[in-house]
Amino acid sequence: MPLIIIVVIAFAVVLVLGVGVGLATRSRGSRTLQGPAHDRAVDRPGQAPQAPASTEEALQAPPPSEEPAALEGPAVLEGEVELEAFERPVLRERLGKARRLLGGYLDSIRGRTVDDSTFDELEEALLLADAGVATTTKVLDDLRDKVRTGEVERTPEGLLTALRADLEAIFEGDRPELVLGDGEGPTVWLFVGVNGVGKTTTIGKVAARERDEGRTVVLAAADTFRAAAGEQLETWAERAGASLIRGAEGADPSSVIFDAVAHAAAKHADLVLADTAGRLHTKVNLMEELRKVRRIAERPPGQLTEVLLVLDATTGQNGLIQAKQFTEAVGVSGIVLTKLDGTAKGGVVLAIRSELGLPIKLVGVGESALDLVEFDPSEFVAALFG
Amino acid sequence: MFETLTDRFEGILTRLRSRGRLGDEEVNEVLREIRVALLEADVNLGVVRDLVEAIRARCTGAALSKSLTPAQQVIKVVNEELTATLGGEALKIQYASRPPTVVLLAGLQGAGKTTVAAKLARWFKQQGRNPLLVAADLQRPAAVEQLRILGEDVGVPVFSEPTDPVAVARKGVAEAERLGRDVVIIDTAGRLAIDEALMAEVQAISQAVGPQYTFFVIDAMTGQDAVQTAEAFNEALALDGVVLTKVDGDARGGAALSVKHVVGKPIAFVSTGERTADFETFHPDRLASRILGMGDVLGLIEKTEREYDQGVAEKATERLMAGKFSLEDFLEQLQQVKRMGPLQGVLGMLPGVPKDFRNATIDDRDVGRVEAIIKSMTSDERRGLAVIDGSRRMRIANGSGTSTTDVNNLLRQFKEMQKMVRSLGPVGSRLAGGAKQKPSKRKQKGSRFTPSSRGAG
Repeated sequence: MPLIIIVVIAFAVVLVLGVGVGLATRSRGSRTLQGPAHDRAVDRPGQAPQAPASTEEALQAPPPSEEPAALEGPAVLEGEVELEAFERPVLRERLGKARRLLGGYLDSIRGRTVDDSTFDELEEALLLADAGVATTTKVLDDLRDKVRTGEVERTPEGLLTALRADLEAIFEGDRPELVLGDGEGPTVWLFVGVNGVGKTTTIGKVAARERDEGRTVVLAAADTFRAAAGEQLETWAERAGASLIRGAEGADPSSVIFDAVAHAAAKHADLVLADTAGRLHTKVNLMEELRKVRRIAERPPGQLTEVLLVLDATTGQNGLIQAKQFTEAVGVSGIVLTKLDGTAKGGVVLAIRSELGLPIKLVGVGESALDLVEFDPSEFVAALFG
Repeated sequence: MFETLTDRFEGILTRLRSRGRLGDEEVNEVLREIRVALLEADVNLGVVRDLVEAIRARCTGAALSKSLTPAQQVIKVVNEELTATLGGEALKIQYASRPPTVVLLAGLQGAGKTTVAAKLARWFKQQGRNPLLVAADLQRPAAVEQLRILGEDVGVPVFSEPTDPVAVARKGVAEAERLGRDVVIIDTAGRLAIDEALMAEVQAISQAVGPQYTFFVIDAMTGQDAVQTAEAFNEALALDGVVLTKVDGDARGGAALSVKHVVGKPIAFVSTGERTADFETFHPDRLASRILGMGDVLGLIEKTEREYDQGVAEKATERLMAGKFSLEDFLEQLQQVKRMGPLQGVLGMLPGVPKDFRNATIDDRDVGRVEAIIKSMTSDERRGLAVIDGSRRMRIANGSGTSTTDVNNLLRQFKEMQKMVRSLGPVGSRLAGGAKQKPSKRKQKGSRFTPSSRGAG
């Protein structure tokens, strides 16, 4: 019986080593599983919010009531409520066809008593939105506490309103504008990220928008690795009315940026948008190359004011790791969240903002030059439950 | 202190023997952690639910493994379920009886279709075929150019024309026939599953060329949305297989599990890098353990099942229970257990061990010290045949690089331990069950010893 002998040996060892039972403990979770325990930096929300005025808004939050809502039946502890019979929505329905089903989650929980299943459904919404286990748990635990203390109304509407407020508060204080330099030389914005996220397309959109604002833009084709990357950016330069600086294929990306900045300075252009090759953060040599790119990009006469991490909204929890690694390597100043016009919700940015403090600046919602919007926390959060 | 310990010890051994089956509580506890692990790996919530239920059904009430702890046993089942879900029948390319064999690639923007197209072309060439690449992505700037460059790299011609994707696809196949190419790989534009117009377009392409194989190309770092997207593409195109890309990153890859579970088509290939050579057939077991993210536990399970020497263990148990456990036995068993992994880890996985015991920190240096002391003894000393007096203790201390205090401590505590184990006497023998029947110094009360219950390990 090997198992018994192991138990015996373990006891013997513990005894013989003179280790007292009940001494220093170690968290069991840290041994058996991955899944780091994050330091939660979610801001505590302020007052209950006003009902959002946006026409896109599918959810009408009730005005904050003056008196506490009368509870139906006796006040019981959570978990002790008798569950009324109801049809648990099927996963397929929950995934939904389009993002804007009127009412969304509110419909499915409206008019019912708040119980564990309400929280289950809120949890489901958040997890399906890629918010991640840690963020979801933290946010719902906070909500549960507030319901317990009466700070939050014990109705589905009350819950959802409070939850949305808490999530929006994560982005409190962020400004979506991209920073322009205030000195003599051209402002430089560097775009980084893993493969396939939409860096080049985003640059095209940003260039178009800046041109609209009357600025002169130079694009730096510093992705010298990917086949036809220069041609791709060239198309965008034409579409946006920006000039393009390229290098030979396989050339040093830093030299392209150097040339682009010099060119921009000479022509008194306002802005240099630098594209880089997509790279997995796990590739040490490529991250090293990116460090060098940044060093060159911040040299005068250029003023590097933004290092934008372009993140695909379909990305799962790896998005947080990407953000961490890129920040560590080159110091990210903000996120561009792309492909949010699809069915993915991009919930991983909740953790990125709360853990790393990185603001979400822009959102990509399509493949054309105009498909770029500023990040709006309340719209983003509403869509998580839509 | 020893009374409590003795009680606990008995308690554990009792539970170990009488339980015999995996209990609800243990299974639930492990499954809670599994659920978290899978969600963190991006496995879709609905898929996680299905899997957890299936595993629960398999595990609850199952006979206890002889060599694994309950937690390890459940994890082993989870790993098997994941591997089975991911695996199943591998895709074997069956070429069309009348060439060319048409392969259509579809997926979201940025998944890596164009790169995969070139990789596939290279792969087919290696299989001795003559592929043609068709660049039907007319949407993305320079996509055609990109495929042309890649085609040149792998030595495969590329066909395209600036008309429309359906026409390009159709004419591409005609061109292949004309040139005598026997495989056609069609790259298409990335598209959202909810874009009705574009989904209709890719259906039209499919209808125009009648592909033998339609592959869904998906990024390994995709999150919960993988299910919805895969289902939509499957509904539109009747997929034949999946290609998983960017597997060289550190995303756990749960999306692959979700897609496989929901669409049921094999994962045909994985793309493991940016070079055209970075293309492999799929290994379900590797991805399964990566998704589960419990590589160290799985390794331990494997090791335990493989390495623990049953015979030696059983003999030692007999001696232990008969009160004949010596320092030599102790050293031998200690080394056996150590082979299963760091002692701290092994301790943490023991079944039914009270939490404070499990969490007691064992410093491997202490263990090393104990080992050194015992090794510095003579054989007689180890077997308890010599009384270890002062001068011997000094010698042992010097030989092991420790102090006489250390040696004293060890000897004293070992004695206490022997006392404690001896006091279990009858209980211990009964519980050990599998030990060979030996004349015991005390009468066994109500022995439940049955020879057939002797553990095979």
